[in-house]
Amino acid sequence: MSTTDNPTTATTSLRSAVSLENRPSRPSPVENTLTFAWRALLKIKHVPEQLFDVTLTPIIFTLMFTYLFGGAIAGDTSTYLQFLLPGILVQTVLIITVYTGFTLNTDITKGVFDRFRSLPIWRPAPIVGALLGDTVRYTIASVITLGLGLILGYRPGGGVAGTLAAIALLLVFAFSLSWIFTIFGLLMRTPNAVMGVSMLILMPLTFASNIFVDPATMPSALRAFVDVNPVTHLVTAIRGLMGGGAQLSDVVWVLVASAALTLVFAPITMRLYRTKS
Amino acid sequence: MSDYAIEAHGLVKHFGSTRAVDGIDLEVPAGTVYGVLGPNGAGKTTAVRMLATLLRPDAGTARILGHDILREADTVRSLVGLTGQYASVDEDLTGAENLMVLARLYGFSRPAARRRGADLLEAFDLTEAASKQVKTYSGGMRRRIDLAASLVMSPAVLFLDEPTTGLDPRSRNDVWDIVRVLVDDGATVLLTTQYLEEADQLANRIAVVDHGKVIAEGTATELKSSVGSGSVQLRLADPSRRDEAARIVAGLLGEPDAVSLSPDPAALSARIDSTADGSARAHQILPRLHDAGIHVPEFSLGQPSLDEVFLALTGQPTDTGQPTDTPQGSAAGQTAEEASS
Repeated sequence: MSTTDNPTTATTSLRSAVSLENRPSRPSPVENTLTFAWRALLKIKHVPEQLFDVTLTPIIFTLMFTYLFGGAIAGDTSTYLQFLLPGILVQTVLIITVYTGFTLNTDITKGVFDRFRSLPIWRPAPIVGALLGDTVRYTIASVITLGLGLILGYRPGGGVAGTLAAIALLLVFAFSLSWIFTIFGLLMRTPNAVMGVSMLILMPLTFASNIFVDPATMPSALRAFVDVNPVTHLVTAIRGLMGGGAQLSDVVWVLVASAALTLVFAPITMRLYRTKS
Repeated sequence: MSDYAIEAHGLVKHFGSTRAVDGIDLEVPAGTVYGVLGPNGAGKTTAVRMLATLLRPDAGTARILGHDILREADTVRSLVGLTGQYASVDEDLTGAENLMVLARLYGFSRPAARRRGADLLEAFDLTEAASKQVKTYSGGMRRRIDLAASLVMSPAVLFLDEPTTGLDPRSRNDVWDIVRVLVDDGATVLLTTQYLEEADQLANRIAVVDHGKVIAEGTATELKSSVGSGSVQLRLADPSRRDEAARIVAGLLGEPDAVSLSPDPAALSARIDSTADGSARAHQILPRLHDAGIHVPEFSLGQPSLDEVFLALTGQPTDTGQPTDTPQGSAAGQTAEEASS
């Protein structure tokens, strides 16, 4: 028979573990969110591979564009680097935002998310916390890109303050943009599908912008697109802050766009999250 | 207020045109184990997901310890624990980290969360694996950490969705022992399973579910007696004499159809009428075979197995196909009492 042939010490410790005496009181939404951010950091610790493309993509793009095309585009590589680096910074961080949806979808397919949904916690905490954890990745990528740029000879005219402000603005925008990818994360069937669709959207947005070249040389139809592309506005603001001489209107435009992205897509995400079956 | 820990009335859930759950009623008394038994796709998991507030029912109501699953979803979430293929732990994190994350979410302070995690790991015999990533765990360890994760807050009501599917017998027994301890401690457990033996071993009451509906409900004993017959199981020392033994048993019972040959070449079983006469004839089997010189090292007489119950209720056999699913008659009768003690 399979029944308790040995009521061992394990049973005793199980009994004491299930008779929980001091029940904690319910934590605040902020505490819940920070716990999920902490979880995201633990995942980075255990799966450092996820930082590979965060670190390698900016290095490859910076080196490739500077030395392959730089001379042809701007006359010499150091002039081009001065133009390119803020744009590469933006591209790097934006591409990493798709991992938000990828990670979320992985949690769903592995069943981790249903565990969280069954807990008495502030409902947006798992997603907001994950997004906060992702900003750590964005920061790492920014530091690497900037460090490489400095080694190669990039000099931010905006100084330390301008550079820090630029990175902060970029993080705000990336956080807001992530809400689009959380929607994909909740809607699609597999993590790879999320990745594919997100890249399909991000690629034209980053390339058809002012990241790599001055739009003045583009055909008018393309230029019309580039001019309304939010990435262009973001790059203009970041470039202004890093290079010195930022227009307040550019910065405000990015902040307004970030607020709009969050206000539109965060509620959609949360609705999908609540009704996910 | 009622004494039911879980009460559901007319729960319905569609997925497209499929009625996954088609009007399920459940009443689970507090402090008991309730088995929801059915084959794959019967709607067990969907029903549990609705009760655990993960899925909104299309129709019907349910209460957990008196709290409505829709209007008081948050209160319900603070009362229930959940373990299943879909409510899992993070494979990338270690066992200790998983429990600590959950404890922090419930509001334990950092040191208290660490202690809580350590206590649970010890209770589930996982202390040595505490700092290993869950993806390196064996199937049994994995199930234990899942269970531990659902017990961080010592929930009053625990949903276990197929807690032993895919486990080896030893790990399965570990899980069963854990469930017994929990219920002993006052928890209410709702357990879904496709293993008939599991419901029989653990559950005080059982609901048999098929195509999204409860087709029978009662104690294991009631379900078995509703089928109206018992059975006798024999295992012979010499398989070559099985046909001869089958003839003798059939002749004795006066009904050739009652005897069936098992996949095991040395074993056979026979259905017995649940009348005094049927029982009297059954008792003649052993001496009669002995007289014929057929040695019978294993003989058991008892109620029908839940497999037979399911067959009688649905007209179809279950497709679980696990040899362990068919408890020997006498053992089954005995453990129904054990589970309720």
